[in-house]
Parts: sequence; structure tokens; C-alpha cells
Amino acid sequence: MLSDPLTLIDKIWDQHVVADLGSEFALLHVDRSLIHDLSGARALKTVAEIGHSVRNPELTFATPDHTVSTEPGADHVGPQYERCVKPLRRYSQENGIQMFDIGEPGHGIVHVIGPELGLTLPGTTVLCGDSHTCTHGGLGALAWGIGTSEVTHVLATQTIIQRKPKCMRINFDGILDCGVEPKDLILSVIGRLGAAAGDGYAIEYAGQAIQGMSIDERMTICNLSIEMGAKIGMVAPDNTTFEYIAGRQFAPRDEEWELAVEHWQTLPGDEDAQFDAEVMIAVAGVAPQVTWGTSPEHVTAIDGLVPDPAAEADSDKRRAMAAALEYTDLVPGTPLDGIPIDRVFIGSCTNSRLSDLRRAANLARGRRVADNVRAWVVPGSEDVKRAAVAEGLDTIFRDAGFDWREPGCSLCVGSNGETVAAGQRCVSTTNRNFVGRQGKDSKTHLVSPGMAVAAAISGRISDVRKLLN
Amino acid sequence: MQKFTRITSVAAPLMQANIDTDTIIPMSRYVTAEIDTLHQFAFEPLRFNADGSENPNFALNQRAFRGAHILIVGPNFGCGSSRETAVWAIAGLGIRCIIAPSFGSIFYANCFQSGLLPVVLPLVTVEAFAVLAETEPERAEFTVNLETCQVVPPKGASVSFQVEPFRRVALLEGLDDIGLTMKHDEEIADFQRQDRQQRPWIYLR
Repeated sequence: MLSDPLTLIDKIWDQHVVADLGSEFALLHVDRSLIHDLSGARALKTVAEIGHSVRNPELTFATPDHTVSTEPGADHVGPQYERCVKPLRRYSQENGIQMFDIGEPGHGIVHVIGPELGLTLPGTTVLCGDSHTCTHGGLGALAWGIGTSEVTHVLATQTIIQRKPKCMRINFDGILDCGVEPKDLILSVIGRLGAAAGDGYAIEYAGQAIQGMSIDERMTICNLSIEMGAKIGMVAPDNTTFEYIAGRQFAPRDEEWELAVEHWQTLPGDEDAQFDAEVMIAVAGVAPQVTWGTSPEHVTAIDGLVPDPAAEADSDKRRAMAAALEYTDLVPGTPLDGIPIDRVFIGSCTNSRLSDLRRAANLARGRRVADNVRAWVVPGSEDVKRAAVAEGLDTIFRDAGFDWREPGCSLCVGSNGETVAAGQRCVSTTNRNFVGRQGKDSKTHLVSPGMAVAAAISGRISDVRKLLN
Repeated sequence: MQKFTRITSVAAPLMQANIDTDTIIPMSRYVTAEIDTLHQFAFEPLRFNADGSENPNFALNQRAFRGAHILIVGPNFGCGSSRETAVWAIAGLGIRCIIAPSFGSIFYANCFQSGLLPVVLPLVTVEAFAVLAETEPERAEFTVNLETCQVVPPKGASVSFQVEPFRRVALLEGLDDIGLTMKHDEEIADFQRQDRQQRPWIYLR
């Protein structure tokens, strides 16, 4: 009898089952456990308190990213270092966990460094106490975010208890128009399907547009899966993936490389595999996107208008829209293109990789940030920073009036004290425009790196395509 | 972990959709507050006015709902980050059960780690419950019974809900995941031994 055709997700899932716990629950092996300063120290402390030890320190890696200052020359002292960074350093050392520390090669945003160091590999399970762990799916890893208790469980057992998710495939047909980035594409999908559409699903992204994307770009797509409600997003590994991984610090070498590639080539789903949900998206015609509200689903094309809640038939949605517009201080019917801004942020696990910075620098070259705007570029990692400096991107940004800073999460989440002031409007390459996300009473507009540069230059939310002629 | 069998209480309605984890516990509080003080900042942007005074329109600030052990909430509750402090902040308010049409997936998983029962019911049912909760609020008691998997509203027929059997048993008996998994210790070792042959590149030492 022939076995049922399997999806990418089915295959990786099956390869990691340590024990079947019944009713669709399984105990899964965790290949890579990544910890950071926000929850890592607490989890390591708890492991010791309940009388266990870290089962596989050699499969566990630490880096401080959420609470570290990204100010150049910062002395890295203060309450958040005492509470978060120093304990992470101490417990990592005590437990034999390799930590990529501030200023060292390998340091950076946990979802930037995992792939960059070759820790994240196709077919691996990657767990981390951060919801944007789905980013690692861009390499064909089964990766998702967990809370502190589950981080503790992973540290103590190198496994996770998990119910098998349903599988959704999103097929992107066609290729992106000029000036439109993967970030725009995924934002437009979230706008179309809604912020809860992926609840209960692992999403596999497929189709012509995905096949043509670099790993950095695939990671941007996967990064926003959680903003659609799916804690897992992935892309099947292919030659682009293997080329990206080859030669990275922790990537397999020599004979093991050959074995690994052979294995990775078996991972893409069988042709006739069935999905629990399938969505077709026509890529051509998708315009650069910008959010107007307080959920990533509150998004529209740059040539659109601030929507009118009165036109929304669903009363709950109408109320939510009205509340969002009250918070973002926008009037229905206003063109988004032209709304004045105060801040620009280029960074975060969504859009802080070298290719993002190259794209932004290309647009910033020879131009000037508007006088009324403060614009930051925060590279995703020490390695991204050094590579960008070697190419002279930092000079391009500085010459254009951007602040060039050190790696970290920074203004995406404000947990390091770097925030947008109350009342200010920030155009940001990040992933969440929630109330207070970038600072109390701050307003966030999510965009692509190109759109962020266009906003910085014009001092207003602006269509990046105007810079391309 | 604290057991959950059944609870009877008034229920505070917060029907706004997409209440995210940054709203449930703002990042500035996550970094600075101790676990046992997080509840003071739960729902901070909704619960307090700009001057720090209580927003009287927020249900948990109303006399009838102050002691509520149940929340009735809108779709996609707890969407956003993986911060378990969101669950701890809510649990710190004395909440033991949240009834919603849907939850953010990581928040949902985190609830079970702290003895908080997330109940998923159809939107129309949840909306009807919210109306009942607000009608004669001080007498509108709901009973949530995990043994029978039923919610008994103050008026009308009781409603059944589903919880994954694995999670239900763990909550009923107050079992913690690490304790359960340690029983599979040998299987984990066997898995790693065999997997090392299959995928040697995974094991870095």
C-alpha cells in the first residue's frame, strides 16, 4: 500500500516525534533552542530551581537583543542589564551555553543570527521565547515562538509538547512589480485575510514569487506569519537555501554537508499532498503597503485613503476601526500618501538584514532626510553591521542624515528604553503597530525598507516608486 | 500548577477584537515589574486614563466585575508576542478562565502553563454571554466546569466546549509538563541516539 502524500510540515513533524501523547499531541525533539535576554535568564533560573539541568547545552544558544542599547558607544549599564543581560550571561556560562555577547561577532537579534550563523537549517525544529521565531521558516525549519514556561521545558528536556497544526498553503502567483517588496506582499495578504486567519495553522508559502526570493526575503515573509495568527510559517528548501547555508559557521561541512543536502532535498512536500486550507494570491498589481491603524490587518496600498469606519458593515469591526483611527489620529478619507511623520525606523527581525540595508541605502544615496524627521538605521546583527560598514552603507546613511546605530531590537519593541515619544508618528519596517508598541501613545505605520526611506526623505508617508525614476 | 475543576463567578466582558499582548502587559512593565506585581498593569492602556486614574468604562474597573474570575472577550484575544507575562498579569487579577471566539495561538498555549483555562466558543455564543454578563451584572454568575466541559450561563441552556484531552487532564490534575515529559527521558535519549546516525549535522558536539 502506498503511504499518504505528505506536506513539508508533515515530514518535519514526523521526523521529530519522540513520543505520541495521544489526541494529536506529540513530544517533539527540539534541534535548536535559542534564548535571549527577555526570558532566557528566568527560564534558566527556573530549570535549576526545579532541580533539573540544561539537557543539551550544545544545542542551545544565547544572545542579548531585546534590552540592549543600540546607541553607538553605549556603556551597557543600567537596570535592564542588571535584570536581563547580566543574568543571561551568568546562567549561560554556568550551563555551558554559548552566548554571542554584545559587540562580538555573532551577536544580534536572535532571528537574524540563527540563520546567519548556520544554526537554523532546513528540517530542523527551532524554538525560542519570541513570537517571531517563525522567521526561521524561511530556511525550511519548523520554528515557532513559546512562552517562558515552555522555554524552561525545552531547556530541561530538549523537547516540546505540541499539538500538530493544520496546514495552509499560500501560493503566490506571478512576480512583484517594481518598487514592491516582500514586506508589501505579506502585509497585503494580512490585510486581505485578517490578523486571525492563520490561527491553528502552520503556513507554507509557495509559488513563483517565493521561488524567486532570496532567503532574506523569504524570512521577511515568514516573519509576519504570526501577525496573521499562524505561529509557524515556512518555505520549502531549495538550491537558494543550500547556497545560503554553505560555509556558514555552524553549517555542516564535507561529508556531513553532502548527507545533509541529500536529506534536505527529500523535505519538500509530495506533489499531491493535501492542505487543510489553500489560498491563491496574484502578486502582480500589489502596491507598496502602509498600515493606518493598530493591527497589521489595518493596512492599505500607499495610493489608498484612510478608510471610513462608517462604510464597514460589521459592527465589531467598525468599532475597532474607529478606536484605531482615534489612536492613530487619522481622519477617514485622508490620502495616506502625504501624512506628516516624526520618526523613521529601519530595523527589526523583519527587515534589518544586509539586503534590506542595501535596498534602503540605494534609495538614500545622495538624498537628505527631511529636517523635521529623525531617522534610525539599526542593523540586525554585528555581522550585518560589519558587512554593511565594509560596503560603505553606513556612510551613505550618515551622509543622508540617518543615525547609524548598533544591533538590537530597539524601536520595534521599546524594551531597551528606546521609544517613540507620545504623540509622535513613526514609519517603521517592523512587524507590529499595536497600541503603545513603540512607546506610550506613539503611532506606528508599518512599511517596507524602501517605503521607510521614502518617508524619511519627504518627511511624510510617501510612495517609494516616486524615488525610482 | 494550580488545578482547574470548576469555577462560578460573574464574568467581565471585554469584547473588542484583537486585544494584543502589548495591551495586556506593556513592554515597559514586562522589563521592570516583578511577576507578583504585573497584575497592577494588566490591560494598562485600556484600564487607565492618561493621568493614571481608572477608566470607568473598562469592565474590570466597574464594581460588579472587580472580583470576576472569568473574562468574556472578543476574537483573537492575546494575539501578538509570546510574552507569558500577559498570562501572569491576567492570572494575577484572579482570572481563572477566559471565554473567546478565538485566541492568539501562543497566548493560548501559555494559558495552560499557568492554570488558566481558555474556552473557545462560537462568536454568537460569546456575544450572547457578554450581553448576559452585563444584564444585572452583580447577579449574572457563570459556571465553567472542566469536568463536564460545560459553561452554565446565568440564563438559558448550558453550552459545551472542547479542550484538547491532553490539556484537560493536565489542568484537572494540576500536572506540570516537565514532570510529564521526564517520564519519557529514555525515549528522548533513544531518539537522540538514533537521530545522531540519521542527521549527524544536528549534534554539534
